[in-house]
Amino acid sequence: MQKAVALEMKKVSKYFGELAANRDVDLTVYKGEILAVLGENGCGKTTLMNMIAGIYFPDAGQILVDGHEVVIRSPKDAFRHKIGMIHQHFKLVDLFTAAENVVLGIKGEGAYRKKEIGRRVQELADRYGFHLDPQKKIYEMSVSEKQTVEIIKVLYRGADILILDEPTAVLTPQETEKLFAVLRRMRDDGKSILIITHKLHEVLSVSDRVAVLRKGEHIATVETATTSAEELTEMMVGKKVELNIARPEPKNIRDRLEIRGLSMTNAEGIKVLDDVSFTARSGEILGIAGIAGSGQKELLEAIAGLHHLQEGGITYYNPKKDKPITFYHKTFERVMELANEGMLRYADGRDFTGKDGNGKALSKKTIRAQVEAGEVFFKEDEVINLREKTPLQIRELGVRLSFVPEDRLGMGLVGNMDLVDNMMLRSYRRGHSLFVDRKKPRDLAEKIIHDLEVATPNSHTPVRRLSGGNVQKVLVGREISASPTVLMAAYPVRGLDINSSYTIYNLLTEQKESGVAVIFVGEDLDVLVELCDRILVVCGGRVTGVVDGRHTTKEEIGVLMTAHGQAPDTETKEEVEKHA
Amino acid sequence: MNLFLTYLLSAIPLGMTFLYGSTGEILTEKVGHLNLGVPGIMCVGGLCGCFTAEQLIGSVPPVWLVTLSILASFAGGVLMGLLYSFLTVSLHANQNVTGLAMTIFGAGLSKYGMYNLTKGLLDNEASTGEMVEVVKKSTFLDATAYFRYPFANDEKLQYCGVMLFLAILIALICSWILKYTRVGLHLRAVGENPATADAMGINVTGYKYVATCIGSGIAAMGGLYYAISYAGTAGAYKDIEALGWLSIALVIFALWRPHLSILGSVLFGLLYVANSYLPQLFGWKTPLYATYLFKMLPYVVTIIVLIISSVRKKREDQPPASLGLSYFREER
Repeated sequence: MQKAVALEMKKVSKYFGELAANRDVDLTVYKGEILAVLGENGCGKTTLMNMIAGIYFPDAGQILVDGHEVVIRSPKDAFRHKIGMIHQHFKLVDLFTAAENVVLGIKGEGAYRKKEIGRRVQELADRYGFHLDPQKKIYEMSVSEKQTVEIIKVLYRGADILILDEPTAVLTPQETEKLFAVLRRMRDDGKSILIITHKLHEVLSVSDRVAVLRKGEHIATVETATTSAEELTEMMVGKKVELNIARPEPKNIRDRLEIRGLSMTNAEGIKVLDDVSFTARSGEILGIAGIAGSGQKELLEAIAGLHHLQEGGITYYNPKKDKPITFYHKTFERVMELANEGMLRYADGRDFTGKDGNGKALSKKTIRAQVEAGEVFFKEDEVINLREKTPLQIRELGVRLSFVPEDRLGMGLVGNMDLVDNMMLRSYRRGHSLFVDRKKPRDLAEKIIHDLEVATPNSHTPVRRLSGGNVQKVLVGREISASPTVLMAAYPVRGLDINSSYTIYNLLTEQKESGVAVIFVGEDLDVLVELCDRILVVCGGRVTGVVDGRHTTKEEIGVLMTAHGQAPDTETKEEVEKHA
Repeated sequence: MNLFLTYLLSAIPLGMTFLYGSTGEILTEKVGHLNLGVPGIMCVGGLCGCFTAEQLIGSVPPVWLVTLSILASFAGGVLMGLLYSFLTVSLHANQNVTGLAMTIFGAGLSKYGMYNLTKGLLDNEASTGEMVEVVKKSTFLDATAYFRYPFANDEKLQYCGVMLFLAILIALICSWILKYTRVGLHLRAVGENPATADAMGINVTGYKYVATCIGSGIAAMGGLYYAISYAGTAGAYKDIEALGWLSIALVIFALWRPHLSILGSVLFGLLYVANSYLPQLFGWKTPLYATYLFKMLPYVVTIIVLIISSVRKKREDQPPASLGLSYFREER
């Protein structure tokens, strides 16, 4: 039985400057179906949907709704044609209630009465099986509740065609299942649902048909029932790609960073970290999995010395045994401190205490000379307490900690400064001259541009003009160039296409092989499971488990990710203690 | 007790000047625009109103005189608001810089205009022995009596003219619109999250322009109210700018709620003239400089309110989320 056509796109194109975001795309959507729009990041699927939703206006082509050509210039026009879009970044007013957000922008349906509107919203929610309190304020809501409001907002406007942009990106596997159940119910109600995604297993589980886009062009639309993940991947990326990420066996594992009983409250007084304990080890990638906002960001920032801690300790094991101490990483005061603690020795085994054989203190000049000549060695690995240290103090202690923060242009780089100046943010304290040395940062910038294939006119382009992927490469390149012993990366592939993502994964693996303790916060469970040696799962600021990356499944992690308020079960608890 | 009543009847009417300014500013801030031009706009409003009164006095009935003067000051404010909106909404100029420029411009313009209107009327000029020739038979100051209707002849209630009630009425209407109407909901949405409002089909630019212009118009009426209805003296225009800054402080004090602003304006009025009454009421002996310390009090309470609301962190008491930020639709 042929279903009725709800929406049709004919030869639709959209250009951003020289770049074609979409070229001659044909797409047909039937009534009462779920159509998945599949494609890599940056393949133009969001742009295409935005043209239907009235955010962008196509440069060429036609859009037909119910067989009639329509012009959609604004979201308002889209609503008039019963099209509604649920954006990836929610468009909600935090201070308003769910009901207020739902009726926002609707004109002329009689008097505005809060009670009446609340009742109508509740009705709609009940009809499709949503759980929602219409009088709850958005800022008190969870991500999945906010998404519910977004969907109801569109339904309230009588939309028959719903577009969902990456709806599951922020949901747990369990919440995703619930959402899919609702989507299926809406489909059975005769609505057309377009779901943008790049997650194959979701496409296979929820959609009736799949439209695949690649580099702005429509490749094919296939029935879900007759296709497979391999076929879709091939269509998506053009050639058969190796989905496996190289994961060499870790070598020379040694404890590098030990976190014990870390607790922290944020500015709002909410406990964001609760008794977090784990150990990061050299030569290994430790993944951190969790729903966005479960404390990953705070954890990394706490280690980097950006937060005040209520409780807990952070200990760093500096791999210095039998290595000479240098002024490159230590201040003179720190050397004397270590000498007094009996941590240092001469090459022949005598203790270095800053005194000569007769117990007379050596002059500062002599000590300097001895250290600079490489005559003073560490007896054991240096143990450094990082708690309550500022980032600057941490650096002065000789801890080589690199941090790729989530907020690249907010915390990692300065958008208005060029690549060279951004390199200098890490090295400006080097040297004793009044003037800064720009040569080395320039060389470094050139090297990063070359090695990581950063697309930029030159090294003097402000980083804010670069695309997200290139910004990320610059940041990761700079952090790695500092030859860290601990590398922390939060969502380093967010917004990157597959190729750039793999570049970053390979860089992380390279670092791991060279003996760095890598901490990787990721959101894509598939990647975490393939890339990491161990995975720490957090939920609501608590560690709910540490699993072996080689022997775990996404489902196992998914369950741990939502283990709200539960103590880790005995097995994982033991595991935590074993590693702690 | 009698003195206390006099205190109240002097302070409350003064407070209405702040009420006009803050109601206007609240409307503007609710759509996300911090208009630091309010002091200047109030000055211009005073000038436009006084100038109209000067032109019309004697030639039209008092009711018309008052109405047209108020409309003129409102129109003056709207024009200033239009200029401000064009710069900040359409051209995305920095709101603080634009606002400050508007204040400097407005204050300068009104001083120039008012100087010409009041030439020869100022007491100090007469006392310096300068030859003053009063050519005009009647001036805008004679309109004070009309503005103070219906209590113009009552020594105690003389300040409680029509514009006092108008101020309260406007504040209540604004409060009602913001809280209970669809327009108010849309307006607040624009100030909280313009991108969302835009996506929901709300005309963000339109709301910003209209709210800013009407807000400026309302603020401007405060200038007229103070110059003619409250003070009714030739030199009054010189105080308007200072009172304008207090209006902006009052917005913070009232936590962006026009109905709280009514109470706030009364408190600000009480504090502002405290020096003239409190020492007498309580029998204090205060030195001259205490006047200025007393005049500082409204700012002190504003800071206290700011501290309290910041510590409490109640989301509803915070300024509109997008206050001071330009909205670019094309940003992606």
